[in-house]
Amino acid sequence: MSQSVDTSVPRIGRLDAVRDRWQNLPKWQKSLGAVAGIAFLYYLPLLGIPGLTWFRTDSIEGGSSWAGTLFTCAIYVLVAIGLNVVIGLAGLLDLGYIGFFAIGAYGVGLFGSVNSPVVKLIQERFDLPATWAVGWVLCAFIAVLLTMISGVILGWPTLRLRGDYLAIVTLGFGEIIRIVARNMVGVTNGPVGISAIPGPEGPPSSDNNIFGLVDVKPWYWLAITFVLVMVFAVRRLEHSRVGRAWLAVREDEDAAAVMGVNPFKFKLWAFAIGAALGGLSGMLFASRYAFIDPTQFNANLSILFVAMVVVGGSGNMAGVALGAVLLGYLPERFREIADYRWLAFGVAMVLVMILRPQGLIPSRRRARELKDRAAEAEEAPAHV
Amino acid sequence: MNFDALISEFGQHTVDGLSKGAIYALVALGYTLVYGVLRLINFAHSEVFMVGTFAVLFVWTQVPFEGIPSPGQAVVLLLLALVAATLASGGTALAIERIAYRPLRKKNAPPLIFLITAIGVSLILVEIFGQLLPDLLGRALPELFGRPRQLVGMPTIIEQKDLFTIGHVTVNNIQVIVVVSALVMMALLDWFINKTRYGRGVRAVAQNPETAALMGVNQERVIMLIFVLGGVMAGAAAVLWGIRAGFTLNSVGFVLGLKAFTAAVLGGIGNLRGALLGGLFLGLVEVYGATLFSTQWEDVIAFVVLIVVLMFRPTGLLGESLGRARA
Repeated sequence: MSQSVDTSVPRIGRLDAVRDRWQNLPKWQKSLGAVAGIAFLYYLPLLGIPGLTWFRTDSIEGGSSWAGTLFTCAIYVLVAIGLNVVIGLAGLLDLGYIGFFAIGAYGVGLFGSVNSPVVKLIQERFDLPATWAVGWVLCAFIAVLLTMISGVILGWPTLRLRGDYLAIVTLGFGEIIRIVARNMVGVTNGPVGISAIPGPEGPPSSDNNIFGLVDVKPWYWLAITFVLVMVFAVRRLEHSRVGRAWLAVREDEDAAAVMGVNPFKFKLWAFAIGAALGGLSGMLFASRYAFIDPTQFNANLSILFVAMVVVGGSGNMAGVALGAVLLGYLPERFREIADYRWLAFGVAMVLVMILRPQGLIPSRRRARELKDRAAEAEEAPAHV
Repeated sequence: MNFDALISEFGQHTVDGLSKGAIYALVALGYTLVYGVLRLINFAHSEVFMVGTFAVLFVWTQVPFEGIPSPGQAVVLLLLALVAATLASGGTALAIERIAYRPLRKKNAPPLIFLITAIGVSLILVEIFGQLLPDLLGRALPELFGRPRQLVGMPTIIEQKDLFTIGHVTVNNIQVIVVVSALVMMALLDWFINKTRYGRGVRAVAQNPETAALMGVNQERVIMLIFVLGGVMAGAAAVLWGIRAGFTLNSVGFVLGLKAFTAAVLGGIGNLRGALLGGLFLGLVEVYGATLFSTQWEDVIAFVVLIVVLMFRPTGLLGESLGRARA
């Protein structure tokens, strides 16, 4: 056995022990713990416990808004949960996830802002006043629906491809979305971007008491609520028939097909659900900043999203959430590394893949799968 | 859609497209070689090319000459750049193989892990040239790293001159140099793979790694060889890029790499002659498409071509083979 495998085994063991202890607690203790954890998440933006204030990003000179950083982390977690469905559960490498994020953002922008050409067209067609726009709730639905549809449209022709081809096609897809947003000036305003994107209280204005541009705390609470709901929903999905089918397809597509699981169908589901979560996240992003333009959606972010999932531990929701929080938070708190954040992300990705491919908090099943493969390699060293 | 412009200038666009495609083809060879032997898409290959362009820039800014060099000087500068770029690119490719891929191969890691590692490596290289080196060497080498993450112009080595005209089509010296040198490099590689003893080893490992090992082929050496060969081709492409485009930046590899990969798939990944055909074909399609729709859609055209090819003929125009097609 090689050195790295030897060292990683006991570490997984320790983590597993913690996990086992948690799982064996009586039910009331578990729910108490969960409630306390959730309460703490809602309390985080107000964090003032002596000693812990060190963690706040505004505790350093020129640091960015603490609630703003938390909000970014929360929408990253949402992205990571969605991408985890695609990469971690279904085993499909999607390098164009920013495309879905962008579609979600543009979904709410195009239908909700009075400055969007789409809204202007509808106003003209139906003789509506110049202040009319689609309400935020409906916009949110449209945005998520649009991303789901685009997930299916992208997945339909490409999910039959081999995994490595899929990666490149999705990378191309992310770029296409950005270029389309830049070039179709008549629909998206092109490089000028879309402003006055509404929030839950309607378009941004100084009359908004809760969801304004200055105080980000309510936005964080909104985002974390979405995160909690989605964690719950995806958890249920993971342990359902669909979730088992995803794992089966990931581990051995042919065997799964023989057992009566239609790989294509379930991959498409994974793609659509993953896309919808990306869209939801993009929608929140656009609403919070009230402004979007194509430069905010470049390919680097897709790589960042993949890094969150694989560094955290693909297949494990706690792992990917940790990955998202680390990658969103660390560069904000430690400004010294801000310039080098992308370099650090790249190094982290490579190191994790070589030394601990299952990620920081691994999914047990995935860790076993990788160990099996390593053991096979020991037996038959001639294999490439 | 601007059909008139396409038809009236068809010949001119064809020449443009070929000189563009020749560079794609050279970079595509790197993807094809590695894929043919390891069935691995070396995502980081685009950055191997990027490193090559910086080596070219280094030579052309550090070797002193004034104004436009004379033909004799130009030849020397080109050869120096070729040596530097092939060393830099080949060395980078080899380093990537040794440091990143080899530990994974030993562990028999699934393809997904290789892909993610490759992306990480690619990001590292882009950032080294965009942030780390400018911070370290920005003052010592302002011509290279003075403007981090920005386009950096290269000095003109060969002045563009129209050489001859056939009908309405004018061909200039740069186009001839690019296409001819690319073809020569590819012919050399083709000869190397098909006619030499080392090439036979490469083909043997591509066909069947275990049997090749039994026949005494050192597999590790073959793998190192193909990475170096791919890097050398990318280095040559970097020199031609320097002549034709005349600029570089740390993210120059991203779009070019995607297109070269498209070219490799288009011709049939793993197939050397396919890479040539795919590269030239993609160059043409792109130039024609850009004329039809406008240049701002140029990058989209390549991606759409990629998706269409993968859907209808995933084995490419000439089929997959480096040796023979593997199931």
